[in-house]
This record gives sequence, C-alpha cells and structure tokens, in this order.
Amino acid sequence: MLSTLLEFAVILGLMTGLAVLMGKWLTRVFTAPGHALMERGTYRLLGVDPQESMGWARYGSALLLSNLAMMLLGYILLRVQGSMPLNPLELVAQTPDLAFNTAASFITNTNWQAYSGETSLSNFSQMAVITFLMFVGATSGVVAAAGFIRGLSRSNATGIGNFWVDFTRILYRVMLPLCFAMALVYVWQGMPQTLYSQALATTLEGAQQQLIVGAVASFESIKHIGTNGGGFFSMNAAHPFENPTPLTNALHILSMLLIPSALTYTFGSMLLRRRQGWVFFGTFLVMFIGFLSVVYVAEQSGNPLLTQAGADQMLSSTQSGGNMEGKELRFGIADTSLFVTTTTGATTGSVNAMHDSLTPMGGFVPLAQMMLNCVFGGDGVGFINLIQYALLTVFLVGMMIGRSPEFLGKKIEAREIKLVMLSVLAHPISILGFTALAALWPDTLKSLNNIGPHGFSEVLYAYTSGTANNGSAFAGLNANTPFFNTTIGLAMLIGRFFTMLPMLAVAGSLALKKNIPAGAGTIPTATPLFMVLVVFVVLVVGGLTFLPALALGPLVEQLQLLSGQTYP
Amino acid sequence: MTTQTQIKTQPLLKGLLRPVLVSAGFFMLLTGLGYPLATTLVANVMFPHQAQGSLIERDGQVIGSALIGQQFSRPEYFQGRPSMTADQPYNAGSSGASNLGPTSQKLIDQVTQRVQAYRQLNGLAADSQVPVDAVTASASGLDPHISLANAQLQVARVARLRQLPEAELLKVVQAHTEQRTLGLLGEPRVNVLQLNLALDALHQQPLAASE
Repeated sequence: MLSTLLEFAVILGLMTGLAVLMGKWLTRVFTAPGHALMERGTYRLLGVDPQESMGWARYGSALLLSNLAMMLLGYILLRVQGSMPLNPLELVAQTPDLAFNTAASFITNTNWQAYSGETSLSNFSQMAVITFLMFVGATSGVVAAAGFIRGLSRSNATGIGNFWVDFTRILYRVMLPLCFAMALVYVWQGMPQTLYSQALATTLEGAQQQLIVGAVASFESIKHIGTNGGGFFSMNAAHPFENPTPLTNALHILSMLLIPSALTYTFGSMLLRRRQGWVFFGTFLVMFIGFLSVVYVAEQSGNPLLTQAGADQMLSSTQSGGNMEGKELRFGIADTSLFVTTTTGATTGSVNAMHDSLTPMGGFVPLAQMMLNCVFGGDGVGFINLIQYALLTVFLVGMMIGRSPEFLGKKIEAREIKLVMLSVLAHPISILGFTALAALWPDTLKSLNNIGPHGFSEVLYAYTSGTANNGSAFAGLNANTPFFNTTIGLAMLIGRFFTMLPMLAVAGSLALKKNIPAGAGTIPTATPLFMVLVVFVVLVVGGLTFLPALALGPLVEQLQLLSGQTYP
Repeated sequence: MTTQTQIKTQPLLKGLLRPVLVSAGFFMLLTGLGYPLATTLVANVMFPHQAQGSLIERDGQVIGSALIGQQFSRPEYFQGRPSMTADQPYNAGSSGASNLGPTSQKLIDQVTQRVQAYRQLNGLAADSQVPVDAVTASASGLDPHISLANAQLQVARVARLRQLPEAELLKVVQAHTEQRTLGLLGEPRVNVLQLNLALDALHQQPLAASE
C-alpha cells in the first residue's frame, strides 16, 4: 500500500519535471525564427512559403485538407494490402467499411480498432499505414495547439502562424527524435523490432506456438508519445511484446502525459503568464488524482462474487490481490490503475488491462474521463478542451456577478461563447445520439459480449471512446460490423474536427482583439480559486450531460454487484 | 512569422493543393517507412536478441520466447494463469481475453470451476481460498508470470512428482522470482517458462534419459 502511494507520487513527480523540460522545448519549437536545413528542403518540396502568416481559417483548412489526404492515402494502402510487400502471412485487405473506420480512427488520433492486429495487418500496413497515421495525427493535434496558443498570445493580429512550418517542425524536432530514442529503449527492454512476421516455437510440452513479431518498438513509441493508443497486437499494451516490463509500463505512462502536461507550461511561457500555466496544470492534476483514487480502490477491493467462488483477492506480500480478471500479473493492481487513469485521461486509448473486465466503479472512471475529455487530454487537443472550459467558466462567473467576462486580457463576447458551445455540445450529441441509435438498432444485441447494464456500457463506451478520440474499448463488443464501423468512424471525425476547428476560430477571434488592462471587475484567473471553479464547471457540465447514461451503465451495475445480481 | 505586421493574407484555399498532396506522400515515406526501417536497422545491431523476440533455444531448437507464456498442463510443471486466447490457450498468434464483466455468470462459473480444479490438483482443503491470479484469465492470454503465492502453493505437488525435496524446489522458485523494478514498479512475480526450464535442466543431469 505504502509502496503503491510512493510509486504514484514518483511517477507524478517525474511527469511534472518532464512537463517543464518538454514545455521549454515546445516553446522554442513554436517560436524559433530560424529554419533548419532539412526543414527548408521540406518547404521547397511542398512548395510552401514558410514566411506566410495564416489566418485561423486558412490554418484550419490546411490542417483539415492535409489530414483528409493522409486519411485517403491510408485507406487506399489498407485496401491494397494484398499486393504490397512484407506480407508473408498473406493477410487479405480490410473491407471498405473497416478500412474507412481504421483510417478515420488513426488520422483523428483515436486509434479505435475494429480489427485485430495479428490477423489483419501485414508488417507493411503496420508501418506505412498505422505508424504513418499515428505520427501525422498526433502531430496535427500539437499543431492545432500551437496555432491556438499563438492566437491567444496575440492582439490586433489576423495570423496565428504557418501550418506547414508548425507541422514540419513538430515532426522533425519533437516527434521523430523522441520516438526513435524511446524505441531503442523499448527494444532493450524486450520489444521486438524486426521485418519478420513470425517465429515458430515448439513448447516444453511439445505444442507448436506461432509468435507474431514485427516492427513493434517503433510503433509503441509513437503510440504513446503521440497519445495514439492503437495496438500492434489485439491485446494492445497488455501483450508482453508491447509492454514487456514494469519499466516499459512506466515509460508508456510518462510518454502519454508528456506533451499534454507540457503544453500548460508552453502556454504559460508563450503568454508570459506562468502562474496561469501552472493553474491549468493543477486543474488537470487534481482531476487526475481524484479519478486515480476511485479506480485504484475499486480494483484493489476486487469482485465480491469471485471471493464467494473461492478466489483470494487480499493484498499480501506474495500477491497483489484485487480484481485480476483481464489483468497482467507483472502490473498488478497499482500499475494497471495508473495506466487506466492515464490512458483515458490523456485520451490515448492504449490499454494494459481489459477495461471490459474492470469492476463497475473501475469502469466508471475511464468512461467519465473520456466524457469530460480534459483530464490532461490528448496531444494538443486536451489543452484546447481545457481552455474551452475555462472560457465557459469566466462566462458563467461573469454572468453571476454581472460583469462582462474577460480572459487573458481579452473581452469574451457572444461570438466566442457561441463557438465554445458548438464545441462543448458536439461532444455529448455525438456520444449520446449514436448510443441511442445503437440501442435501437436491432443487430446491436448480437455484437454484445455481456448483457444487462454491462452490455449497455459496452455500447456507451464505444461511442464515448470514438468521440473523445480515445480508442480504448470495452473490447467484448464486436464492433466490426458495417453499422458500428460507419457510426463510430463518423463519431471520431465529429469528435475531432468539431472541437478543433471551432476552437481555432476562437483563437483567431481573440487574436484580432486588443488587450484591455485588468480592472476591478476582472476575475483573476491565475489563482487556486479559479482552478476550483474550472474543475467545478467541468464536473457540473459533464455531470448534467452524462449522469443519466452513466446511471444506466456502471452505476446500476455497481448496485447489482453488491446485491449479487448476475447476468448469463 | 512572429509579428503581426507581416500582412500577406492569401485567399482561403489558394496554393494548398500541392502541399496537401505532397505532404501525404512524403510524410508517409518518412514516418511510415524511413523511421521504422531505420529503427529496425539500429535495434538489430544494438539488441539483436530482443529485436527478434527474445527467443529461447534448447538443443538448437526454439522453444519459445522469454516474454510469452505457454500452456502447461502436465502436473510436473508449474502452471501458468488461465488463458482465453482463440482456439487454444496461450495462442500467441491471436492474443485475447475473456472480456467478461464483473456481473457475468459465465465469469463466476469459470472461476468456480478453476478454483475446484486448482484445489484438487494441489491437494488443498475444500474451503481454502485460491490466489486470484491462478483462477482469473490474463489480459493478453499470454501472461508469462504467476504470483509468489500461486507458485508456493504448487511447490508441494511439483516436488512430489519430480522427487525433489521441497526446500530445494523453493530455492529454485526463489532464484526465479523477479522483484519490483527499482523496488517500486510492478509486482513480484515468477516467470513460469523459465522456472520450468530450470526444473528440466535440474532433472536432466541425474536422469539424462527421461524427456
């Protein structure tokens, strides 16, 4: 118990230190005037002028269109897998609906997977489609944050930066070098990195075992640093080849939190409002610790029905105890709880345990975090989501005290709040709308692995994960049907672009305004009080929106578990 | 680029077609082929054993990976955790879990059955509590480890069947126990395949002919 608390403290301490280092690095990447040689070559190849300053609409269009082209390229490569190299197992191409779902999933940084990696993708596809889309999807998120923060930092300006410059720099100066170095650490720890597809073994008892291998380490590093989350293998970061040791598990966790936490620091240093940056960091951290406690206590307490069946779930010096169904022994309860909280907070979607088999309250946490979508959040977009709630907070507080709201020295007016509300509302409309549709869809029952409230949770989880661009699953759900592939694919695109683009518009609109000096009626936003207010607004807005759905899923399931009700 | 004085506003979409198309192709080649291939090259020079899957050989034959569990059904071997992979347990060609929720009767029935089988195999009392990892399926279906509690309960059986003193066997188990990394990360655990390999090696010296 004590060692668990110490472990949590050490990991969160390391994360804070890394946030500062990475935050400084990102600030330089976002603001340095000079272009490196390789970058200048890239601009020439692309045919772009790095000196051009783009307004938010052009910046957003470049992001949207380039992402569309990349998604299309990924789709095509998936559809012609059969005639591509590095496919010794002769895996066939994905169907059109599945390939759409996969391409949409990886370009939006969701990485929901309706296929299983071992039996569906060749080594070529794992690299040229999945690894590629993970890089550009994650980079696009950070690019959006760069434009967004720059917009907030300017006044009387129309430009929020140059999309191509931001994209190229973030890729060359952050993503590629970090991922390369991390991949080598991962191989040292035991992850395969090879162009072979399999190794055949004869086990001690004489059975044949087919070991699937491939370019796993290079895949894993971008998967976590990019808060992507899709697995090389079906069982994702629970698979020993994707997460061989407790050390790789800790590195996965730190990688996922790296950029989302660092952006609060970058924001603070670019706006010369460091205290404000730390207030946002604190907002993330407070919610994170709250959710971590819930999932850890729930999983360590275990499943009372399994105790009745004769399983010993008590923590002792010789076992971790707790609810071990769908968990790996090397991680036990503590490392699994930390991973669950991180992957759904930082909306990565990588899993080191099967969320479908979590206790009801343990499963409540990932659902709730994805619904709030701003407990660190994904690379770039998490920070944007938090600012969206901060704007809502100054607006609500301003209304309560009868003052016109201000934020970061700018007046917040009708246009900004309308855009914020568009973004805030797109999220629940997609989640709840599609869940309702699926609940009515006659074939849904056939896709469920569990029935009763847990079955409902499987569906709710799927659309929440898709819309929040998380990608983790209550994986019992068979989502590889044309209905689920299409609707979840749409949910991912809506969740990505209906928050990113309106918020870029907000940044563009704030950049146009002039700075006004803080007056007596200005609500100070760089204070612990404001932090509490933002957390309050996030929880109230999230609670009001999603509580009814959660009540039908994990909450009623918890009550039934306590009363011993089971489902066939 | 950092000053707002440089007003050089372009029409919304002018000139975007070429960079949009070229960026998709170029960054695919760079991040989808260049990066993984370069990593593969360097990794295989620096860590060839791990890069190929940490394969273990015995008498020139690959018998598995140090990281991937395998099925043990013979009672003279330590047994791993239940596995729910497709077709057969510990199918490393298709990792998988039960994905059963906590109120699933199927899950409760499976655990009840495994508890009884475990008690019987190891000669435990009918009301004894069995370590949870021994009766629940892992997430990957390929979990190579068991808990110390689980290993200790299997010692008596394996010692009897292999005609070894229990104390000696306990020492072997201890030698194959991995502690928390840096005293902090993960859980203490026993790698079942490596433990069983050590047991076979122990046997082979005095009883060269068997197996």
